Amino acid sequence: MTDKKVKKEKVARQPMPEQEPAVRAKNFEEVPLGQSLETAILEASRCIQCKKPGCVEGCPVGVDIPGFIKFIQEGKISNAISKIWEKNSLPAVCGRVCPQEMQCEGKCIVGKKGDPVAIGNLERFAADYERKNKTAAKPKKAAATGKKVAVVGSGPSGLTVASDLILKGHEVTVFEAFHKPGGVLVYGIPEFRLPKDIVFAEVAGLEALGARVECNAVIGRTLTLDELFEKGYDAIYLGVGAGLPTFLNIPGENFTGVFSANEYLTRSNLMKAYLFPEYDTPIIKGKNVITLGAGNVAMDSARTALRLGAETSRIVYRRSRAEVPARGAEVHHAEEEGVEFFFLTSPVKFSGDENGRLSGMTGLKMELGEPDASGRRRPVPIEGSEFDLECDLAIIAVGAGPNPLLTKSTEGLELNKWGYIVADEENGKTTKKGVWAGGDIVTGSATVILAMGAGRQAADSMHQYLTLGW
Amino acid sequence: MFKIIKRQEMAEGTVVLNEIEAPLIARKAKPGQFVILKATETGERIPLTMADTDPGKGTITIIYMVVGKSTAIFRDLKVGDSFMDVIGPLGAPTHLDKVGKVICVGGGTGVAVLHPITRGLKEVGNDVTSIIGSRNKGLLILEDEMKSASTRLHVCTDDGSYGHHGFVTDILKETLEKEDIKLVVGIGPVPMMKAVCNMTKEYKVKTLVSLNPIMIDGTGMCGGCRVSVGGETKFACVDGPEFDGHKVDFDELMLRLRAYTIEEKESYDEYCNLQKA
Ligand SMILES: Cc1cc2nc3c(=O)[nH]c(=O)nc-3n(C[C@H](O)[C@H](O)[C@H](O)COP(=O)(O)OP(=O)(O)OC[C@H]3O[C@@H](n4cnc5c(N)ncnc54)[C@H](O)[C@@H]3O)c2cc1C
Ligand SMILES: Cc1cc2nc3c(=O)[nH]c(=O)nc-3n(C[C@H](O)[C@H](O)[C@H](O)COP(=O)(O)OP(=O)(O)OC[C@H]3O[C@@H](n4cnc5c(N)ncnc54)[C@H](O)[C@@H]3O)c2cc1C
Ligand code: SF4
Ligand code: SF4
Ligand code: FES
Repeated sequence: MTDKKVKKEKVARQPMPEQEPAVRAKNFEEVPLGQSLETAILEASRCIQCKKPGCVEGCPVGVDIPGFIKFIQEGKISNAISKIWEKNSLPAVCGRVCPQEMQCEGKCIVGKKGDPVAIGNLERFAADYERKNKTAAKPKKAAATGKKVAVVGSGPSGLTVASDLILKGHEVTVFEAFHKPGGVLVYGIPEFRLPKDIVFAEVAGLEALGARVECNAVIGRTLTLDELFEKGYDAIYLGVGAGLPTFLNIPGENFTGVFSANEYLTRSNLMKAYLFPEYDTPIIKGKNVITLGAGNVAMDSARTALRLGAETSRIVYRRSRAEVPARGAEVHHAEEEGVEFFFLTSPVKFSGDENGRLSGMTGLKMELGEPDASGRRRPVPIEGSEFDLECDLAIIAVGAGPNPLLTKSTEGLELNKWGYIVADEENGKTTKKGVWAGGDIVTGSATVILAMGAGRQAADSMHQYLTLGW
Repeated sequence: MFKIIKRQEMAEGTVVLNEIEAPLIARKAKPGQFVILKATETGERIPLTMADTDPGKGTITIIYMVVGKSTAIFRDLKVGDSFMDVIGPLGAPTHLDKVGKVICVGGGTGVAVLHPITRGLKEVGNDVTSIIGSRNKGLLILEDEMKSASTRLHVCTDDGSYGHHGFVTDILKETLEKEDIKLVVGIGPVPMMKAVCNMTKEYKVKTLVSLNPIMIDGTGMCGGCRVSVGGETKFACVDGPEFDGHKVDFDELMLRLRAYTIEEKESYDEYCNLQKA
């Protein structure tokens, strides 16, 4: 007995097999290759099944982590996935993109004295295993209620609402402005991090349950919210994301070759410009590429540029390494692939040639000054430290804001001073009757799992409204 | 899917008209607005102005010049074929106010964009002088339509094969000299719009132009369509496509339109070779 226990503690965190950095930096296939059943079971054995699990507290939607890991320990993968589905309808996505080190894994007790249990990898394993083998019993759909729900936006938030409400027996239609559903999961996050087939399989599953997905529907233009009500929808969920690109407002920003990350990633991912000329949408393939910002969006842009053939791909960030907001795994992968980092550097201006094409960027070195209100030391410019970097492609990934297209065309919807929709934190209710909102359009750019959590809360509240009233 | 119910070639086959079933869009569209179309799974998203709409029939009409691969694919669609995706109506509609005497100037396929605006301006009670031009007689489009949409119509050809021998700006200048013009609308190739604006600036007459930068989403999320207007960056797909022509940086627009010249040529040549084979 005791012998066994000692052995158990000795199992090291099972590494995720990955494509070699030099190889993967030139293709768009997924970087981590996935685990075998054996290594997954071995990894699961590292979980000590805490009575008061910190990991669950760290997960924004409260997945029963010890519960599903126990099933993996026992080799019962269908039970494991059913357990995850109770709280999370997109585990194949979350296992891949959640910032686990700040959430579930960050609170894992095993991590106090070594590496935490690889919860994300296990979640991904269970979901991928289920997608291949289809063994788990699908959640049951309740009897039809006769109520109609419109979900605006097909990102993780909207998809969660749609899946929850269709299971509760309501008729659901998802309206999406783009020609393909999935939101950021499809237009933003690259194939090498989240294969699009996974997202499309989730949407297909939703359609198989009876939900309708209407692409090419720009709500606010093609149809307004009031028209949706007139068409007989009883409740509406707004999960339209924070899709407005932020620019730097520095000289030279309109030279050809300066992109918002939204445009660059949309061209590459949604429009498949990386497969040009098989796909018709072109993209500028930079030789020397600079990405401004250091979040997930910046990592995705800098790594996409490498895969499109860049000789240098550099990340320029105003603050220091400690403040980098991207997932740990992404920064690590980017470095392995050869992305260079310029910390404490602020962009000053872009320069161009006589054809209006970008040719370089001037940066300014910064140093850390006094701590600001948030306790972070503010970067302050070092006078006279300007320097030039050659570049023919610059990608601006310094954040996004709320797109006013829908909110401006809708009366009775209160917005905060930045233009985000005001919604009740508990249930997602907006100030307009019959309308809920959640995800990035309420919180500002956040994470997939938070957008899904907001969707789950709103779906519960919408269900209550549809069965009991506002 | 969005079915093509009518197809017509104009301007010696260089320009094509399609009437397409798109009931939701047809019901909503106003003059000056555009749609984004994608023909196939692998296709590009291409912005085109609605030259006409029929809410009763549930159709929209587009008129486009075949300039590259995407518009060549559109050209090769037949009646009964469908566009895979059509998105709209996009962009801000034209303000159709009664101001008095108005001049509408159109060049090339810009005339297609100009036509519904001209009709709208006349309908609200303006006196509309229209001036349209093309390189030669064969390339002229929508002459009859423009005639009935305007109070009077002047036609110009660069080579003198029809109408006035010369540029639209010649007639524009004459009219500005003679009449008390309140508004000019100029739509066509960028160099033409620039020339029109330079002229109307001298006469201090407010001038609207419709800009055609490269676009992707058409909803304000990519910023690819940004143009400089009065020193500020605007997104043509939501803030425009119409702007005060006296404030537009046309030179920047021209440079930005050339962003993908090499790729576009590669793609077009490949398509043409495939069609020949
Ligand atoms: C490049 C990138 C990488 C990221 N990486 C990570 C990561 O690794 N981990 C993580 O947790 N988070 C990541 N995020 C953040 C995460 O993707 C978002 O927080 C999340 O997608 C928000 O979900 P949402 O459903 O609120 O909105 P979105 O995913 O933005 O979806 C909104 C959808 O609504 C549609 N829409 C907008 N307006 C309308 C309208 N008027 N009518 C109809 N449809 C409309 C949009 O086209 C879009 O499809 C990343 C974001 C980006 C951009
Ligand atoms: C709001 C808006 C409305 C428009 N309305 C019409 C219309 O009603 N009729 C019409 O014929 N065209 C219109 N255009 C222009 C049309 O979108 C382009 O001609 C088309 O995108 C070219 O695609 P392509 O693949 O066939 O050619 P490409 O291979 O992309 O380009 C071929 C040539 O055309 C130039 N070009 C590329 N994009 C544009 C552009 N957006 N505008 C002008 N030149 C471009 C390129 O520099 C290149 O020289 C409109 C554009 C906008 C933004
Ligand atoms: S959903 Fe995200 S935070 Fe929650 S357990 Fe899964 S990976 Fe961790
Ligand atoms: S905190 Fe770690 S060890 Fe404890 S239950 Fe969660 S995953 Fe298992
Ligand atoms: S086309 Fe993307 S913002 Fe205008």
